Amino acid sequence: MDRSNPVTKILRGLALLAVGLFFLFPLFWVALMSFQTNEQILRIPPSIVFEPTLSNYWALISGRLVSTAGVLEIKFMGNLWNSVFLSTTSVALALILGVPAAYAFARFRFRLSEDIAFTLLSFRFAPPLLVLLPLSLYFQDIGLTDTYVGLIWVYQLIALPLILWIVRGYFEDISPDIEHAYRIDGHSWWKTFTRIALPLARPGIAAAALLSFIFCWNNFIFALILASAGKQPVTVGALAFVTASGIQYGQIAAAVILSILPTLLLALYAQRYLVEGLSLGAVKG
Amino acid sequence: MAATTATQPTASPRKSRLGPALLPYLLSLPALIVCIGIIIPFFTAVWYSLQRYNLNLPYLRGFVWFQQYIDLFSDPSFWHTVQVSLLYTALTVILELLLGLGIALLLRRPSTLHNIMSIALLLPLMVAPAIASLMWKLMTHPDFGILSWLIQQVGVTNFRWAAAPSSALFTVLLVDIWVYTPFMMILLLAGLRGLPKQPFEAAELDGVPASFVFFRITLPMLTPYIITAALFRMLDSIQQFDIIYAMTQGGPGDTLMVFQVMAYLDFFQNFNVGRSAAVLMVLWAIAYILSNVFIKHWLRLRERARGAA
Repeated sequence: MDRSNPVTKILRGLALLAVGLFFLFPLFWVALMSFQTNEQILRIPPSIVFEPTLSNYWALISGRLVSTAGVLEIKFMGNLWNSVFLSTTSVALALILGVPAAYAFARFRFRLSEDIAFTLLSFRFAPPLLVLLPLSLYFQDIGLTDTYVGLIWVYQLIALPLILWIVRGYFEDISPDIEHAYRIDGHSWWKTFTRIALPLARPGIAAAALLSFIFCWNNFIFALILASAGKQPVTVGALAFVTASGIQYGQIAAAVILSILPTLLLALYAQRYLVEGLSLGAVKG
Repeated sequence: MAATTATQPTASPRKSRLGPALLPYLLSLPALIVCIGIIIPFFTAVWYSLQRYNLNLPYLRGFVWFQQYIDLFSDPSFWHTVQVSLLYTALTVILELLLGLGIALLLRRPSTLHNIMSIALLLPLMVAPAIASLMWKLMTHPDFGILSWLIQQVGVTNFRWAAAPSSALFTVLLVDIWVYTPFMMILLLAGLRGLPKQPFEAAELDGVPASFVFFRITLPMLTPYIITAALFRMLDSIQQFDIIYAMTQGGPGDTLMVFQVMAYLDFFQNFNVGRSAAVLMVLWAIAYILSNVFIKHWLRLRERARGAA
């Protein structure tokens, strides 16, 4: 493959260019739109040469959309904060609940262990609405509708199976002999767990946490059903914002960019963990 | 307890004691509670699907055995949903697989450019599918969308993207492919780079033609990865909601009425809880079978990756 002739080399180059264009152009173009005024966006033919403006971002951050029709109050920054809060606390809770369980599943064979692990895994692949719709009725009865607690609880459906299965794989890869040796030295199991097992499984925990954070952040359907405007994350909020703002295209583009920037940056920062997590432990890079 | 551990250092790691006997139960209790928290609504849904239950007509609520399912199976709109969902799944999985495999082959040899590309291609996968739909809506807007403008330049006028029944499927497919092809690519690229080198070196020494190498060596060795990735995407695709809901809400008309959008609208627009639950049970049955096959393949692949590492 290294010594291919120039024609195939050119073809490969063109193919790579096409791939790059298809997958990166939408991000590039919407980012450009976010720095344009509505007049610049509506210009025909479209142009990449323009005087950039921060007015769209400023409107979103200040929460006041000024247009010819009047002033519109928007809570997009509230949605952004909800996303940060919901994703962070959900992943933190899932780590607290999931990592010890993953350790137990990896180290001890006991009744129920495989049942719990497989139930969580198989519901990861069940239609989310199947659980959400009855849950929405229950939540109304017990007053959890439109609360952070209710949402964080439901987000465990996303984060917990991921953490349990990825981290379990890492614990299983660590030889228990090291832990035994440490135990024999007279340390408690808790010390063995925190001093030996946890540090050794850190890459797996990082990969699982990163991936769950991104999946929680990107989730749409859970909050669509269980949260009203005040508690909605950006995924649902951005869509509602489109309906509310109508034709403020620059601000819609800016809202898109603000919603995706955190996950994009996180992915670039920790792409090694990401690839390992995404391949679900099927591939050890 | 420390003494027993000390006297049997070679005992099977599974049986050996790292802590008190109750410890594993204690550690997995929270996971068990979450499990129960999932299973209760699940059985509630099963229960709803056997009822005549409309939130608008609570006094008519009653147990009707399998009447919801009988009604559903004799309803042409349900079969339309089955058809659309299967078509959507087949098209997304096949197209993303071919494209993902193609890109993985292009980027196979590690080099700076290829590594940068494979990282850059992660980005669409990081965009929430609902937000990705929003991006493509902006790009296909009839007034200023860059794609609308581009196809006008090549002479196609009156192409209405997601707004017309004839092109709606094409448009959501584009979004789905944009978001999820990178997933296929990552898994297949990792698979390709993990393949043993010897067969390829031997083939190169013998001057075996590239097509033969691809079909007789690369493809068969990559098959476990391809099957796992395809099954995973199938499971996601048959349940697709975000992209279709954000793009067209199942429309125009019922053009893109897939399982979960149908169940959502039955619940929130028609308040027909019983029918919504029955639709979801049918989808669950399909997903359950698929997920069992997937889990089997995935665990086998994981074992293999372990063995190699």
